[in-house]
Amino acid sequence: MNFHVIQALVLRYLFLYTRTPVRLVELIFWPLVNLLVWGYLTLFLQQHAGEGFPYQITYLIGAVILWDVLFRAQQGVAIFFLEDVWSRNLLNIFAAPVTTLDYLVSTYAVGMLRASVTVSILTLLSLVLYSFNIFEVGWYLAPFVLNLLVFGWALGMISTALIVRWGPAAETLAWATPFFIQPFAAVFYPVEGLPPVMQAVSKALPCSYIFEGMREVLRSGHLAGHELVMATGLNVLYLIGAGLFFVHIMKIARRGGLLTKFASQ
Amino acid sequence: MPEPILRVTDLVKRFGDFTAVGGVSFDIAPGEILGLLGANGAGKTTAINMVLGLITPTSGSISVFGQDLAQHRTAILRRMNFCSTYTNLPGNLLVWQNLTVFGRLYGVPDLPRRIDEVLDLLEIAHLKKRVAGHLSAGESTRLNLCKALLNRPRLLLLDEPTASLDPDIADKVRKVVRRVCQEDGVTMLYTSHNMRDVEEVCDRVVFLHKGRILHQGTPEQIVAHFQEKTLEDVFIRVARGGDLEPRTADGSVTPTFPS
Repeated sequence: MNFHVIQALVLRYLFLYTRTPVRLVELIFWPLVNLLVWGYLTLFLQQHAGEGFPYQITYLIGAVILWDVLFRAQQGVAIFFLEDVWSRNLLNIFAAPVTTLDYLVSTYAVGMLRASVTVSILTLLSLVLYSFNIFEVGWYLAPFVLNLLVFGWALGMISTALIVRWGPAAETLAWATPFFIQPFAAVFYPVEGLPPVMQAVSKALPCSYIFEGMREVLRSGHLAGHELVMATGLNVLYLIGAGLFFVHIMKIARRGGLLTKFASQ
Repeated sequence: MPEPILRVTDLVKRFGDFTAVGGVSFDIAPGEILGLLGANGAGKTTAINMVLGLITPTSGSISVFGQDLAQHRTAILRRMNFCSTYTNLPGNLLVWQNLTVFGRLYGVPDLPRRIDEVLDLLEIAHLKKRVAGHLSAGESTRLNLCKALLNRPRLLLLDEPTASLDPDIADKVRKVVRRVCQEDGVTMLYTSHNMRDVEEVCDRVVFLHKGRILHQGTPEQIVAHFQEKTLEDVFIRVARGGDLEPRTADGSVTPTFPS
């Protein structure tokens, strides 16, 4: 792994954002819409259903913030690749002395930066709008956040690999992939609220344990040990699997000339 | 005899049933500029992409600086660079930002000074703070060349570098290419559809047709071999599917023995 190469790839991304600040809108606009919709919906239901509504507003706001950690981390990987496609720079990068590991670590770093920007803004707004301070929960949420980043990276590698394999027509996967799993991910409702078949899928996803664990932390103020262990274990498997899948697809891409076809389209 | 900088041996690339490159072998000596010539679909770009490690050969081998490309790709790429008319640098970034990113990717020492040097060499120092996406086609090509020269490559791959340039700028680019080759001893693999480019720039030419080497030699040798007046006549004859064999004085055809 070459840190100068990683630094250069991340620097390119920072230049891009400082040159075109309008890109920051994408990091702020949709998370803000989610925060407003889910936050006020919960307030409304709480006011009208009273004690009959079992959810605290903190659950849904927490879910909105944490879902964005996963989404931004995934986007960090997938959009990183697409930026080079859109600017016809793909071959310049892949013909440079950049290893697959350098490339992936750079995308992770960019994903983390993107998630940090969005989470910081959402945290501030949720404090102002709903008096919800996620830091009051303490450091118990930190390992769940880290797990979400890792799962986001794994999803990012899978979606990028599929885009490489299927070409520009599959670009939409960069945005759609996290939403394929969202119904199973127990983001806004518990796993037990799902039908049995969907529960089986849910239990195979690290993020469902993360969101269950987050609700446990918010409810009790204690670390949800079982959920954390399950999420971490599954994440290790997903990360290894996604990494191997990415490397495999890149080999296919080099054999089939897919990168050069991609670059000329 | 010095070891070649690039040695391509029995290189084959098949995509399914289609053979893009069918058993090509050539060497490039240190400081030599080798032209890869051929009509569209001849296999030039596929061959260059294999030398860059962007496409894996079906069979055959590529050795650069005496090392096997498949085994030492990253180390080799650090001492190479390329410029293609089919790629751009990110249009949202300023010229100096693009060169900074690629300078760091290639680990260029004393980068700010080197950026100024290459911008001066290509006569675009005044564009340093311009947005890359706002450059004209000619300026953009010269910026790509700046990127390609940043790391003082020992092997430079140029894929139709003058394709989008007016005759004045194309002439300047050709002179820069020759100058870099002579002063810095850079070895080059050069493709172009512009026969004047090839005649002016290249020491030797490999003529490809349908993925195979039709003939190789100096531009003069190629013209003499096919008994045409100019390299362009040879190119047109081959591209239009005319006789691939050299003509004799009486207009008949004798067999070609690719070297």
